[in-house]
Amino acid sequence: MTNAVLDISGVSKRFGDNLANDNISLSLGRGEIVALLGENGAGKTTLMSILFGHYVPDSGKVLIDGQELPPGKPRSAIRAGIGMVHQHFSLAANLTVLENVMAGTESLWRLRSDTDAARQKLEDISTRFGLIVDPDARLGDLSVGEQQRVEILKALYNDARILVLDEPTAVLTNLEAERLFRTLKDMAREGLSLIFISHKLDEVMAAADRIIVLRGGRKVAERPAKETNKAELAELMIGRKVARPVREPSTPGEVALKVTGVSVSIDGVERLKSIDLSLRAGEILGIIGVSGNGQATLAHLLSGTVRRDKGDIVLFGEPVGDLSVEGAVQAGIGRIPEDRNNEGAIGEMAIWENAVLERLPRFSRHGLVDRSAGQAFARKIIDAFDVRGGRPATRTRLLSGGNMQKLILGRNLIDRPRILLAAQPARGLDEGAVAAVHERLLQARRDGTAVLLVSEDLEEVMALADRIQAIVNGRLSPAVAADKVNATKLGLMMAGEWNEEHEISHAL
Amino acid sequence: MNALEFILAGMLAAATPFLLAALGELVVERAGVLNLGVEGLMAFGAVLAFIVVYHGGGHLLSFVAAGLGSAVLSLVFALVALGFRANQVATGLAIGILGQGLSALFGKTYESLTVKGLPKLALPWLSEIPLAGRLFTQDIVVWLSLAATLAIWVMFAYTKVGLVVRATGENPKAAHAIGYSVTAIRFAAVAFGGTMAGFAGAYAAVVYTPLWADGMIAGRGWIAIALVVFGTWLTGRIFLGACLFGAVSLMGLAAQATGLDVPSQVLASLPYLVTIIVLGIISADRRLLKLNGIASLGEPFER
Ligand SMILES: Nc1ncnc2c1ncn2[C@@H]1O[C@H](COP(=O)(O)OP(=O)(O)OP(=O)(O)O)[C@@H](O)[C@H]1O
Ligand SMILES: [Mg+2]
Repeated sequence: MTNAVLDISGVSKRFGDNLANDNISLSLGRGEIVALLGENGAGKTTLMSILFGHYVPDSGKVLIDGQELPPGKPRSAIRAGIGMVHQHFSLAANLTVLENVMAGTESLWRLRSDTDAARQKLEDISTRFGLIVDPDARLGDLSVGEQQRVEILKALYNDARILVLDEPTAVLTNLEAERLFRTLKDMAREGLSLIFISHKLDEVMAAADRIIVLRGGRKVAERPAKETNKAELAELMIGRKVARPVREPSTPGEVALKVTGVSVSIDGVERLKSIDLSLRAGEILGIIGVSGNGQATLAHLLSGTVRRDKGDIVLFGEPVGDLSVEGAVQAGIGRIPEDRNNEGAIGEMAIWENAVLERLPRFSRHGLVDRSAGQAFARKIIDAFDVRGGRPATRTRLLSGGNMQKLILGRNLIDRPRILLAAQPARGLDEGAVAAVHERLLQARRDGTAVLLVSEDLEEVMALADRIQAIVNGRLSPAVAADKVNATKLGLMMAGEWNEEHEISHAL
Repeated sequence: MNALEFILAGMLAAATPFLLAALGELVVERAGVLNLGVEGLMAFGAVLAFIVVYHGGGHLLSFVAAGLGSAVLSLVFALVALGFRANQVATGLAIGILGQGLSALFGKTYESLTVKGLPKLALPWLSEIPLAGRLFTQDIVVWLSLAATLAIWVMFAYTKVGLVVRATGENPKAAHAIGYSVTAIRFAAVAFGGTMAGFAGAYAAVVYTPLWADGMIAGRGWIAIALVVFGTWLTGRIFLGACLFGAVSLMGLAAQATGLDVPSQVLASLPYLVTIIVLGIISADRRLLKLNGIASLGEPFER
């Protein structure tokens, strides 16, 4: 090829009996944005890890400007101008932005580090691409979106000409995502070449010049963005047509959970301000809002990990005071935490161990863990929830992001909880998996589970929830019936525009 | 007795102080805590045990006293490092120095005094095997340490407690979110580690070399910590490492006995050198270290 800066040709990679990449070829031109689209576990991260030298391919090669890159050498990849922004960031929380960016670039033999020059270079890059961050801020104090900006800056600082972003928007709020794509387009205009991984059809269509679809480790299609549409891509990605399910009418049962006037402060900051909500068996209550408005605290409150300052919590008709974690588990509250990697599963432990940890009494006798029962239980979850790429004894960390989510969901739903707390349950999932997760939530609703769905995805909440409340800055709006609102009204609610007096009081 | 017989006979006893202390530290680290005070905890246990035996309290009571004493001292560490979330490395070092200081203070009037050790028990049948039979004539503490090794292996592989301790070390946030008290588990682990270090010190002072000399632990606590890392946090490997170390430390003595003309300091440092090299080679597989390393080791837990 003549003007390709990057050529990947015939790359294959096998993990055990799992062919993660099967003879994949792709090329990338100067100033081009290519999207790598594929289901969870399709092999996207693996392919990019090969490009970056983290994995050695079983066969095939990577060419930069026609020069073959030695396999398995991240240093050579960096020197050849490849920059990578990982799915999970690799920055040091205790260092400043500038230190993080400089780390690894300076020769160890130089005694004095040339901070002034580095600062100058960083500021030049910052302004050139509109990636504004304070070079002296401690990384740990930055928001996720800002940390990502630092990752990008670090790659650019190392003179990257090819930038790879692995699911860059999975951790971002919608606003941050839009901003990121604007930046990426600017960068392409400046002559950089970009590859980003995603399974969100909207952003792929909006941001990419060309779209490459992976399925089951194979490249199944390649389309210029102009010549395709979301429906076609969805079908290519999953291999069949998918449609997200929508809730059917039903009559909810008893009130399972009632929260009145509860306030919660964390480290002296009031995170929840006198909130009211009431959740009935067999219904889904959607809590919508931009991330960071108190959703996390609400989830923690109901899973028993934070204490309230005032207000009442009534569970199945009985006042409970503060919920404890054990109390929540015993009461049958299942939880799908928002922060999967930190709170949802223990990556270093086996799938089956993660599956039984929450219910050890059931899987142990005389202090001994019943391994075979635990493994059978894990296998049941794997089968029922279509967790791909792992057996009960596999280390959980080796699952792809989406499959880990299915595992957590399965662990919670398989026992038919009475209340399910689902925080951003579909975040980071591909279309097929989203549909599957939604179907599971609706199934739980049919089974009489009271579901509290915390989400920032309007479409998701409107399709699933019976009633919707908005959370803004720690306050909860009154509930509105889902069939009486539209996107505009919800948008206003998310912006904090609700009028308490004039609200149609909803039937309880 | 030739050199090989000598080493076979003494290896397990020489390994026991390392083994007991390392097993304790293994549990502590698996729970995500780094306690570098092992040396001092051992020294403190050693002096308590020696005093008890010297005044006729008997060996059983001496081990109880050493275990309790070192456990209490390790709880001071826990209080500062876990309760107040102080830096674990600094706190561990400080507690270690405190333990060594207390040991020197209490042991002052006992310097160079001796007590009686423990009789050796020969296992029937096994101890009659030529050569290898030497391995099977040991004191009761050695047999109990082997049992403890097995018990800890079983604990991590098969029990509820083991699973919960590992979960706490690997991901305290997740453990907390599913209802385990990270702090309580870590306190318990530290107390267990302290008790084991106390036993290790007691064994050194009233069984292995039943003579009091200040500084008699002589770096064995540090070796125990190194064993945990070199053993890549696996019980079996730690046991093998302790045996290896026991054997090599006897080689020096064996060599001296044969009258080799080498300065004794060189002989004395040889075992450390050899062991570090061998263990270094064993654990050269970085993947193993990374795979078994404890994710939250040494980090304070904040909700
Ligand atoms: N180091 C590894 N050892 C064994 N299997 C692995 C390893 N890394 C990835 N896999 C497996 O290879 C397959 C592809 O994984 P990969 O991480 O590339 O998927 P992905 O397309 O990035 O998915 P996601 O969108 O969920 O992140 C999965 O089945 C995964 O379980
Ligand atoms: Mg991935």
